[in-house]
Amino acid sequence: MKKRRSDEKNRMSISLPALSVNEGMARSAIAAFCAQQNPSATELADIKCAISEAVTNCIVHAYPSGTGIIYITVVLYADGTVRVVIKDKGCGIADVRRAREPLFTTDAANERSGMGFTVMENFMDRLVVRSRPGQGTVVIMTKRIGSDPATKE
Amino acid sequence: MIHTEYSYETQSRDQLLRVSLYGEIDHHGAVGLREDLDALILRERPRRLVLDLGRIEFMDSAGLGLLMGRYRLMRELGGVMAIENPNRRIMKILTLAGMERFFEISGGLRGEGR
Repeated sequence: MKKRRSDEKNRMSISLPALSVNEGMARSAIAAFCAQQNPSATELADIKCAISEAVTNCIVHAYPSGTGIIYITVVLYADGTVRVVIKDKGCGIADVRRAREPLFTTDAANERSGMGFTVMENFMDRLVVRSRPGQGTVVIMTKRIGSDPATKE
Repeated sequence: MIHTEYSYETQSRDQLLRVSLYGEIDHHGAVGLREDLDALILRERPRRLVLDLGRIEFMDSAGLGLLMGRYRLMRELGGVMAIENPNRRIMKILTLAGMERFFEISGGLRGEGR
């Protein structure tokens, strides 16, 4: 196991089957976790949207057959940074750079906008995507929240 | 649990179909909503489709796909589409995807004619 940062304040792990009903479940659970850091409404909305994109990717792309587990870990650090790790053991992404391009989709027939990674990138401070075809994908997103003067310690 | 509801009204004089959406639009809800909206559009054949997002609390990129799809259908049928009342957070994702290039987005008059 990797060494944990010493300024870790709290942590939550959830695993959910790749069912579309869990898209709402995942973003609500993570929003509830983030609430302890007094995020602004915009910060919270940004995180919810980014989570929804990552979880939807697992359901639509990683596990197209509809079975598989999505592993989510959220960590809050003392400086107000939230780190969200969303992992699947699905089909993987052959070309991550291409997948991250705005409007790129492998599934235009189903009205995919191809904006999932672009949303994650823009709504979070940092996005890392690691994938291996046939093994799965890990999406790591971080965002510093609750730094509005009104909520600062 | 979380899904999208809608109500609609038609103004036959102006060939306008106004649909008010409620709740959250994500991939889970988009599929059923897409089918319902298309059935409604094909039945009413409006010249102008207005989607009122004033009561949508959450929308991710599945919503962008949904809006683009309805925009394309309306264009195929020789009509136009417009979006009304997106909140600030929904406006952010609409802008990120450059949606204003495709259809009119306005504050509109919330509650008008409902």
